[in-house]
Amino acid sequence: MSLPAKSSSARNPGANPACRLDPAAAAVELADVSFAYDVRPVLKGITMTIPRGKIVAIMGASGSGKTTILRLIGGQLRPGSGRVSVGGLSVPELEPEALYALRRKFGMLFQFGALFTDMSVFENIAFPMREHTEFPEELVRDLVLMKLHAVGLRGAAYLMPAELSGGMARRVALARAIALDPMLVMYDEPFAGLDPISLGVIGQLIRRLNDALSITSVVVTHDVYESLKIVDYLYFVSDGRIVASGTPEEVRASSDRYVRQFVDGAPDGPVPFHYPAPSYREELFADVS
Amino acid sequence: MNRSAIDLWVGIFVAIGFGAILFLALKVGNLLTLDRTPGYRVEASFDNIGGLKLRAPVKAAGVLVGRVESVRLDTKTYEAVVRMRIDNEYQFTKDTIASINTSGLLGEVYVGLDAGGDPTMLKDGDRIAKTQSAVVVEKLISQFLFDKASSGGGSSASGDAAPAKAAAKAAEGARK
Amino acid sequence: MSAEIAPGVAQWLRRVGGAVTDAGIKLGYASRFFVAVLWETPGAFRRIHLTVREIYFSGVLSLVIILMSGLFVGMVLSLQGYETLSRYGADEQLGILVALALVRELGPVISGLLFASRAGSAITAEIGLMKTTEQLTAMEMMAVDPVARVVAPRFWGGVISMPFLAALFSAFGIFGGYIVGVRLIGIDAGAFWGQMTAGVDFYPDVTNGIIKSFVFGTAVSLIAVFEGYNAKPTAEGVSSATTRTVVMASLSILALDFVMTVFMFRGARFV
Repeated sequence: MSLPAKSSSARNPGANPACRLDPAAAAVELADVSFAYDVRPVLKGITMTIPRGKIVAIMGASGSGKTTILRLIGGQLRPGSGRVSVGGLSVPELEPEALYALRRKFGMLFQFGALFTDMSVFENIAFPMREHTEFPEELVRDLVLMKLHAVGLRGAAYLMPAELSGGMARRVALARAIALDPMLVMYDEPFAGLDPISLGVIGQLIRRLNDALSITSVVVTHDVYESLKIVDYLYFVSDGRIVASGTPEEVRASSDRYVRQFVDGAPDGPVPFHYPAPSYREELFADVS
Repeated sequence: MNRSAIDLWVGIFVAIGFGAILFLALKVGNLLTLDRTPGYRVEASFDNIGGLKLRAPVKAAGVLVGRVESVRLDTKTYEAVVRMRIDNEYQFTKDTIASINTSGLLGEVYVGLDAGGDPTMLKDGDRIAKTQSAVVVEKLISQFLFDKASSGGGSSASGDAAPAKAAAKAAEGARK
Repeated sequence: MSAEIAPGVAQWLRRVGGAVTDAGIKLGYASRFFVAVLWETPGAFRRIHLTVREIYFSGVLSLVIILMSGLFVGMVLSLQGYETLSRYGADEQLGILVALALVRELGPVISGLLFASRAGSAITAEIGLMKTTEQLTAMEMMAVDPVARVVAPRFWGGVISMPFLAALFSAFGIFGGYIVGVRLIGIDAGAFWGQMTAGVDFYPDVTNGIIKSFVFGTAVSLIAVFEGYNAKPTAEGVSSATTRTVVMASLSILALDFVMTVFMFRGARFV
């Protein structure tokens, strides 16, 4: 993990001219982006557009590079080539101060919540407010309770993260992600490991909050069923490339082999069942003298 | 653990921590006892100071009256010049004898002061005229052997008296 | 013959060179990290309650082990010291023996080692775990610098706690020495304290002990936060980082102790 960029001492996010967003531009744009971890290529020429106010899902098998796309958007990684822009601003070219100012407009939901375990639920959600605003404590309290109410956990405000179930922790993390009314929220596997009821709850929350707060959402997931219920557009990533994309109706009706394997959950298809290996016969009968 | 409890414990911790440092400085170490008592400085020259160290005690009748401040070699007379600080409340006569002693067999080396009968007292910057150097064991032994040899194949009857006499002579020889 | 040896030797040399280069890179990275932590110091003290909290976790919670160890070390020093000193009739020097050994060496060094294994490993594990559960990434994405908010307070908590712990260790050790020497063995209390006060000087003995404990505190805290921050985000990664903290911090303490002792006490007492 490299040393993080220095945080801005300025508490007013709008004050930094370097991160003035273009209201006409799409929320997120990736143009022919490539990225490699050392020598291993992860993304090979990704182009995608995420319009404002929409929910877009990025789907793919594990290890296909989905989370890398999120990290590129958030400025944690720099692309090897190509352009990553948010609201017209090129993210990798931002100065550390401008990057931090931009991040204050983001919200991110991590796979297992990533709640701060040494603070209570209330303090977790108050954290971004206390760090980035000068709001008086009464205002902070009202806002925190509002966000908790939106996710249905106002009664759990003073529990510690260790006392929450998986689904509840995920919802608290969601409340924290929208604490400062961001313009863009990124969800990293929000449906992973949840029971059916929690799945439904999270899915509904993502949709309702997106519409109510006019935010743009990027959901990285491999849960097809839930995604098809709530998103506006889907991208399928395989082996570092976008292999298919479309609206939920298009995807359900698609005859693309990859999409069909994914949607139907078939074990073998364009994504092979067998990890590359030499011929079975050769291996079994090898060294038999 | 709420914030006020943590603050309380950290406050206690810092307080006893400082207390420990103060204890070490004052009771264990000698932060205030040294260099604070006002005193006057005198010098004394010795043939040999033996194992006398800086900050060695200066005692009179076994009572601590001062400390050795510096030791240097006088390149003209090749004698050791010891400068010591004596507390202001102790006045010594001008004919005081300064001698280098050892407390016990393995004890530390200190400067002993024997006052005389001179009506004038030592002042800051004065010199002590009469001094007695440290007893150097090697010289003692060689003196003893020299005396033994010079008294010839002396009779065994005088054998007991001879070492005592030789030791006294050696001590005499060690005096200035 | 030489054609067979050369490739093997060359490969071995390559490995050694690679190891040295890796160590150099790690050292360079660690130095940059150290500078970054120091840079964020004003942030750590602006959020003073964070640093106070870390002083509590590093210092206050180490009190029990430090005080008990100090007591026992002092008592053993007294016992062993008396046994040897009495052979030369120098048992009145026991006080000064115990005090000098503790204040100059054992206080800073042993409390440093204990601090490394108790507080240092806890700091590494905590930061490593926060990294594994993506709490540090979450903080970054919320535009809060984790070095300022998580790392720097823990570093300064350790640096501030160490000198106090070392002083408390020495103080309790001397008290333990007093219990054994005066109360149990029967040495004269006046000789015990008197010789001690005469022989232990604030400068250089006590001050050098304090300087040593500051240096040890800095080394242990830096290693602890560094290993935690750079741990691999897995269970094995965190556990090996914790072990590395204790080992490297302990070795650093002993090495630094030697270097500092050479400079501090070389000829300081001799005319």
